[in-house]
Amino acid sequence: MISKKSDSLIIAGKKFQSRFLLGTGKFRNKSDVKSCINSSGTQIVTVALRRVDVERHEENILKYIPKNVTLLINTSGARNAKEAVRIAHLAKESGCGNWIKIEVINDSKYLLPDNFETIKAAEQLVKDGFIVLPYVSPDLNVARELVKVGSSTVMPLGSLIGSRQGIRTKELIQILIDEIDVPIIVDAGIGAPSQAAEAMEMGADAVLINTAVATALDPVAAAKSFALAITAGRLAHLSGMAQRAASAQASSPLTGFLYEQS
Amino acid sequence: MISLSETKKILKDNDPKSLECLAQKAKRLTEQYFGHAISLYAPLYLSNYCSSHCIYCGFNNHNRIKRFKLNLDEMRQEMSYIKNKGIENVLLLTGESYKATPLSYLKDAVTTAKDFFTSISLEVHPMDEKDYHELFLNGADGLTIYQETYDRKRYKQVHVSGKKADYDYRRETPKRAAKAGFRHISLGILLGLSVVADDLWALYKHLAEMEKSFPAVEYSLSFPRLRPIKGENFALCDVDDKTFIKIIALTRTLFPRVGINLSTREPAYLRDHALGLGITRISAESNTSVGGYTLQSPDVQEPQFDIKDNRSVKEIIRALKHRGFDPVLTDWRRIDNR
Repeated sequence: MISKKSDSLIIAGKKFQSRFLLGTGKFRNKSDVKSCINSSGTQIVTVALRRVDVERHEENILKYIPKNVTLLINTSGARNAKEAVRIAHLAKESGCGNWIKIEVINDSKYLLPDNFETIKAAEQLVKDGFIVLPYVSPDLNVARELVKVGSSTVMPLGSLIGSRQGIRTKELIQILIDEIDVPIIVDAGIGAPSQAAEAMEMGADAVLINTAVATALDPVAAAKSFALAITAGRLAHLSGMAQRAASAQASSPLTGFLYEQS
Repeated sequence: MISLSETKKILKDNDPKSLECLAQKAKRLTEQYFGHAISLYAPLYLSNYCSSHCIYCGFNNHNRIKRFKLNLDEMRQEMSYIKNKGIENVLLLTGESYKATPLSYLKDAVTTAKDFFTSISLEVHPMDEKDYHELFLNGADGLTIYQETYDRKRYKQVHVSGKKADYDYRRETPKRAAKAGFRHISLGILLGLSVVADDLWALYKHLAEMEKSFPAVEYSLSFPRLRPIKGENFALCDVDDKTFIKIIALTRTLFPRVGINLSTREPAYLRDHALGLGITRISAESNTSVGGYTLQSPDVQEPQFDIKDNRSVKEIIRALKHRGFDPVLTDWRRIDNR
């Protein structure tokens, strides 16, 4: 039996039991964020620095995130590497720690990340001592470059942000899972627990969800359902189920004739 | 891109079922891309000096109103008042006078506003790219610039004299602002000033052009309805509530990720009901007179337009929460633009 304890997600040397990362935008109210953290057991939560209301205690999202949860600040609003680096430093100065999800978006219509600027930002932020988790369009060369400059994960998008279309970039993400040695966290586009399970069955290390939970009629139940699906997908992956399917033996071997006696 | 004839057909359609269907689609898309977040901002009028004669505007240079321009101390007093209400996102406005409110004055205003607000936008006279760039470097991140109407003939009729009479310079303004670095650009038309469907379609076309040329900018749209000034009505047509709501919903379905603003020009009940249908940003506890928050008593104020939603910031926050929306006071944390 696979032990949950021995199957930790390790990012930059830090161990996590949960493989569910939760985004905090789009919720009806901030107390729902806290309830979702509790119901899902998530241990990493992303917050956009642009929305952190440091001066107003009641409206400050940070107040709703338990201390034992790792805060992952995202650089939403950055249009290039320079701006992402500045936002990361502002986050650190504001007491939000040094875990940064790099989000460089130069396209307000589709909200697709700018991979080139993301690499530049990652390189600088790693040099500046940040733990860097970059959000990218899935591309093997980009992922290799990100690892080379010291990124702690690669976070490829499943489909367009907020689209809830599931894993439309499956083949490309599978290549990253197979070839990249840092954790692969599927981010964006996952709209149902079944899609989160699919990512995990493929061998993704974790999944980040926001819209599907925040806009559900019952976000707390939705968060829990994703957590269960992610656990189920992970177990399925570890069980070897997927690999067995991929390497199933044909009932009529094609090379059997070589061993037949004449 | 929707065609003009399709836009006309949709606006003409009086079937309540079609409108309901459009509203349902708009609601789904708004939730999908913006969730339950509604950003709040407040306008701050710095000056009502204006060198243009636009017949529909209370600030036009033919109107015999008392002219004011805030000095730095007065600005600070007004800014401090708005800030204490909880506002982090300010829109600094002036009449369009290059002489009374030159670049140096606007730079000082932005520098002063940085002590109070996390996000600063401008609605001032159009200027050249290099001047916009200076304002951006100084800390302004957003620009609001309405064409008012895209109908050249009507534009000429209502913009009688002054720099604003130059249609092309105004239409090119968002491009210059985007080149100068602005992050947020808000476009708009004054509903009723000309034929609504034509103007709406031209606005969509303008936005689509901007999205293609400057994809990094976050865009938003506004559709203020033209109101009478001191009893005089300059509108060619009245835009009723049904059409107004249809415009908001249609816009959301055509541009799912674009912000839509709604000012206190509209009454509370309409603002509250429009929220789920596409609106993403609303003003709160606005005053549209220069010095109107703390310096001028209400009986001597000369507002640019009358406020229909007089609720306080606190009351609006309460109403938003009651309706299942998350009021967002901080939607941008200013970084050094240099």
